[in-house]
Parts: sequence; C-alpha cells; structure tokens
Amino acid sequence: MRGRPTLVKEPLPLDSKLLVRMHELMVEARVLEERLIQMYRQGHGYFWIGGPGEEAFNVPLGLLMKKGQGLDFDYLHGHYRQSGTVLALGEDPIGALRQMKSTATDPYSGGRNFASHFSKREWNIVPISSPIEVQYAMAPGTALAQRRHGGEGITIVTGGDAGTAEGDFATCLVWSSRPGSELPILIVVTHNQWGISTAACTQQGCKIIADRGKAFGIQTRTIDGNDPIASYLELQKAMGYVRKERKPFLLEANVSRLYGHSSASGANFVTAEQDCIVEFEKKLEAHGVLTRAEMDQVRARWSEEIAAKARQVRDEPLPEASTIWKHIYAEDR
Amino acid sequence: MASMAQAIRLALHYAEDHLGVTDVLGEDVGLPLGGVFTATQGLKTAWNSPLDERGIIGCAIGLALAGQRPVAEIQFCDYIYNTIDLLKLAGNTCWASNGDWNVPMVVRTPVGSGIRGSIYHSHSFDATMTHIPGWKIVMPSTPLDAYGLLLSACQDRNPVMVLEPKALLRMKGEELIPGEPGDDRVLSKMIDAPLGDRMQWKPQWPDVQAYTVPIGQGKLVRPGTDLTVVSYGRTLPLSVKAAQALESEGISAEVIDLRSLWPYDWEMIRESVKKTGRALYVNEDTEVTNFGEHLVRRTVEELFYELLAPPRLLAGKFLPGIGLADPLEMASVPQLPDVTEAMRALAREQP
Repeated sequence: MRGRPTLVKEPLPLDSKLLVRMHELMVEARVLEERLIQMYRQGHGYFWIGGPGEEAFNVPLGLLMKKGQGLDFDYLHGHYRQSGTVLALGEDPIGALRQMKSTATDPYSGGRNFASHFSKREWNIVPISSPIEVQYAMAPGTALAQRRHGGEGITIVTGGDAGTAEGDFATCLVWSSRPGSELPILIVVTHNQWGISTAACTQQGCKIIADRGKAFGIQTRTIDGNDPIASYLELQKAMGYVRKERKPFLLEANVSRLYGHSSASGANFVTAEQDCIVEFEKKLEAHGVLTRAEMDQVRARWSEEIAAKARQVRDEPLPEASTIWKHIYAEDR
Repeated sequence: MASMAQAIRLALHYAEDHLGVTDVLGEDVGLPLGGVFTATQGLKTAWNSPLDERGIIGCAIGLALAGQRPVAEIQFCDYIYNTIDLLKLAGNTCWASNGDWNVPMVVRTPVGSGIRGSIYHSHSFDATMTHIPGWKIVMPSTPLDAYGLLLSACQDRNPVMVLEPKALLRMKGEELIPGEPGDDRVLSKMIDAPLGDRMQWKPQWPDVQAYTVPIGQGKLVRPGTDLTVVSYGRTLPLSVKAAQALESEGISAEVIDLRSLWPYDWEMIRESVKKTGRALYVNEDTEVTNFGEHLVRRTVEELFYELLAPPRLLAGKFLPGIGLADPLEMASVPQLPDVTEAMRALAREQP
C-alpha cells in the first residue's frame, strides 16, 4: 500500500487547491479529536465525545456554509460530532481543548458543558446540547424566520441515525414541509449505523432514512459521507437547492464512527470501519495532488500545533465556583 | 370590562403593534377559531401550527434564537408535559452558552380546574414549571394583570411562561385596561369574532395603551392583621371571598396575589407574615413537591421566630387526575369552603 502510486490521469472533479484545503482541515479535525481522547485518558477532561470518522462530510459542510450572524447567514443546529464543520468555518481548535479541560476560558460554555458542545452566536452556531434530537425540533424556527426574511441564508440541522427514532425528527419533516410554508432547511442525518452499542439494523425497519422525506414531498439524497469529494458536490447541490428554492432537503450521509460512541465505551480506534482520511489520501496521492511526504507533514504539523495548544490549556484556571450564578438570565441591555 | 381572554387578546395585539411580537403560534390560534378560549382572535401574526406540542415549543425556541419574538400557545397545560425537555433547553440555553445566546420567547397555556375538564383538561402546571430554572413564570388572576404581565413577558429577553387560569378566562375584570372602551358590548362588537364564517372578519382594535406589571412583583389585594394568605390563579379570588366572609367572625386576613411565581415577591410575603405571624399558601396543583411547599419551607427557615402557628399549605390532592363528576372535582382541588375553613383554622390555631 505504501509503494509508489500509479498516477491516475483523469482529474478529480474539484480544484486541487480546494482538495488540499479539505485534506488539511480533515487532518486538523482528526488530530484534534485524537488529542481530546488523549486528554481524557490523561485525566485532563471528564468525558469525551466527538466526531472522528465524520470529517469527510463535516469539513465540506463547514466550507460551504455562509458564515456570519443573523438571518442572511446560515444557522447550524449541530450535534456533538461536528468538530470538522466548526474548524472548517475557521474556528481555532484551542476552543475545543478548553472545553475538554472545562477551563474558565472555554469559549462555548465557560466550563459547563462536555467536549464538542460548540456554540458561537457570532457565526449562527446554535448551542449543541446532549439530547440527540432537540435540534430537529428547533431548526424549523430559525428556518421560518429565514423564509420570511428572504435572501440566501438557510438553516442546517444535523443528527445521527439513531436520533431519527425520536419524534423530533418527524417534527422536523412535518414543520419543514407545511404546504405553502416550506422552509429553507437542509436536514442532515449522518448515518454511522450505531446508537451507542445498538446496531441501527436491529431497531429501524426503514432501509434508507432519506426515504422518510419522500412522504412529505421533500427532496432527498443518500450519499457516501466517507468521500469528501462526493460530500462536497452533493452538499453544494443540496445547499444550492435550499438557498434558491427556499425548500427543505433531506440528506443522509453514510459515515464511519472510528472511536466508538464516546469515552464511556473506551474511545478505542475501530479497525473494521472505513477511515475517510486514509481513503482520501490514497486518492490524492494517486492523482498527484499531494505526496505521501507532504501529507505526513500536514499531520505532523497539526500534531505539534495542537499538542502545544493542549499544553497551554493545561495550565489555565477552572471557572470560579461563584460563576454558577452567572447567565441564568440574559441581562437587560 | 374585558374578560381575561379579551385582555390577553388586547395585550397580544398591543405587543404585535408595539413590542415586536412576530408570531402567535399554536394549535387553532389562527383563523377560523382564534384559540379554543378565543384569546387569539383577530391577531395579525397568529397562525395555526401542526398538532405537535414539541414542534410548537421547538419552533418558538428557533424563532427566538433567530431574533424573532414568538408567543407560543399550548392549548391545555395537560399537553405541555411532552415538551418538558424543550422547556428545560429554553431555560438553560443562556446559561449553557455562558451568556452568549438568549431565548426571548413567551409560552402561554391555560391551567387548572373549573371547566369540568376531567383528567386531561384540568391539570395545573405551576408545581412542575417552578422546577425548571432559567424561566420566568407568571400567573394572573385578573384581566388587567394578565394584560400587564403579558406586556412585560413580551419585552423580556428570557423565556417567560404565562399560566392562564382557565376558570378565570371568561371572568370580567373590575379595572379597565388603559384604552379599553368602558362598555362591554362595545368592546365585544369590536374584538370578538362573529359566529359563522369569520374568514373575512377584521377586529376593530381599541387604542389600548402600554401598561406593565413588573415580573416578580406581588399584589397586596386585601390588607389584614390576623393571617396572611398567599395565592395565585383560580384560588386567589376564592381566598378574597373567604377573607370577606371571615370578617364577620372577627378574622382579619391579608391576601397577597403572588402573580409571579419566579422570581417571586418574597419581600411582600415576609413583611406580611412578620405582621400577622400566620401564613397560608393556597394553590390547586398536586400537593406533593408543590411550589407552596417551597414557600412553607422558606417561611419556616427565615421567619420561624415571627410565627404564631405553623405555616400551612392548602393545595390539590395528590391524585393521578381530576375526575369529571362534580363531587370528584370538588373533592380534588380547593373550593371556597376549603379555603375558608383553612383560613379559619389557622387564624384560631393556638399553641
């Protein structure tokens, strides 16, 4: 596998600059997640949950989002496997490290919430919460505001396949497709085949989750979320449709879950599932976009950089006990 | 005078025109019905939602996050229970994001007994709601207070729950809402939807004015010296009636309408109990882990040496539901004779 690759002549359907950028962000996200797991193992965090294995889908999603605050920009109602998206939007990985360490400097929750529970109003990133379904009930609200506002801003909601068993997923389909009041919303399901330890195929009879959208007249598509190129192109199409037509789109992306559900199940690397970075790197190498050495360098650089950030975070103070009383209510402006 | 349902309608109309309310959403709140209690008739931003309480609360949260000002209705509080984790989410979003996001939404829901609503149209929600931090919670007992509290709720930057005592929704007030025509028939003609086809009907809104009741402020409804009765919602007018009746027995009861359950006016309760030495809390939610129990606990802990008798709670029986037959409902939640007797007993209690 490590031998000299044969160069493939046909060009990849995306510009090589973009491919390099996507690779860079996918590696950054993976290295970050692996560092978070290591922090957990070393006692620098109580709990890890995150998204290694979803980078090939999450990075293109972040790159294609219209970043900003307010109705003209995209709202993200994400879930806790979304680090690739947040990094692709331009977030400094140190924020995730701080949240992992529960420091006072944690930019998303001030030391209150688990790892990967991002929140950033400045970029319309709605606070991620641990319930795996509530985002599907909330997202129609921002989408409705955007329907009225017009323009090109859309709402994006993501969740996992197991969470689609909850009623909130049905709520999202119903509220997004009310006749005459269809919403500009991209409904995403990242399908990793698992709900903690329970195999999806033992719980849901529907073979293709995206098919559930068809009953509501919603455009649907099931894609290979382990392929960043396919993900980019399919997301571009789906988001373009939602932006222009102001109608819902249900996108199901088949992805891997490379370190299990969370630290509660050990967070050990799973060899049986496809690793999107390995596959992508094979492709990049075969097409002469990047050499093995260059890609190794990318990983080494991020490993070093994120390790340095983790060292910095290690010495930052925890929140003061008295801060528990802060922000129960928003103060009057 | 306006009924409480009319007062709510007038408040929402004012809030649409002056306070930036963008959506009055819920089941049957728009045309043709305008709400099962008529509270949303004629409102320009009212729209009918799917029959999906989680969708209603979820959508309201999303609207609020997107800078809108939604007022969501859950048709009966008995049906709000499947939204509790979303209420929790609305209440924790500001705190969980360390102050980055806030959720300026209002939820209104009719509560309590008094319309022969049987098991699923009689429940209260104050005991459960006061277990959910991050919300402000109000419960008016008069049309004017309903108007004033709603205007405050619609200006708050935080989620506000408005519990509407359904037994009082059709009761007329004794005070005019500023700008309300004095003649009930005139008001009705202006803002009550006609029977039959109303799809083309438009209300003629009176020029109602700003009037707010600050959230957290109780109202001393009736001064007295022998005991303090703290109540809200349906049992508040019963407490006033009982106090009036007990006057002839030489018992002078001070009655406080709490109006806001969170935050609440402890200052007012404390001053009153320090004066009377006796406290009775009255509400109709089930009595185990009842909000009144919290008030009793605080009274004991903070005012113990001021007390002449143990503080008491009169609340609904701890039952799975309220039965439909008259004797069942009467026996399940406090009625006038129960309130009167509880007040009398407490006033006369000696060590």
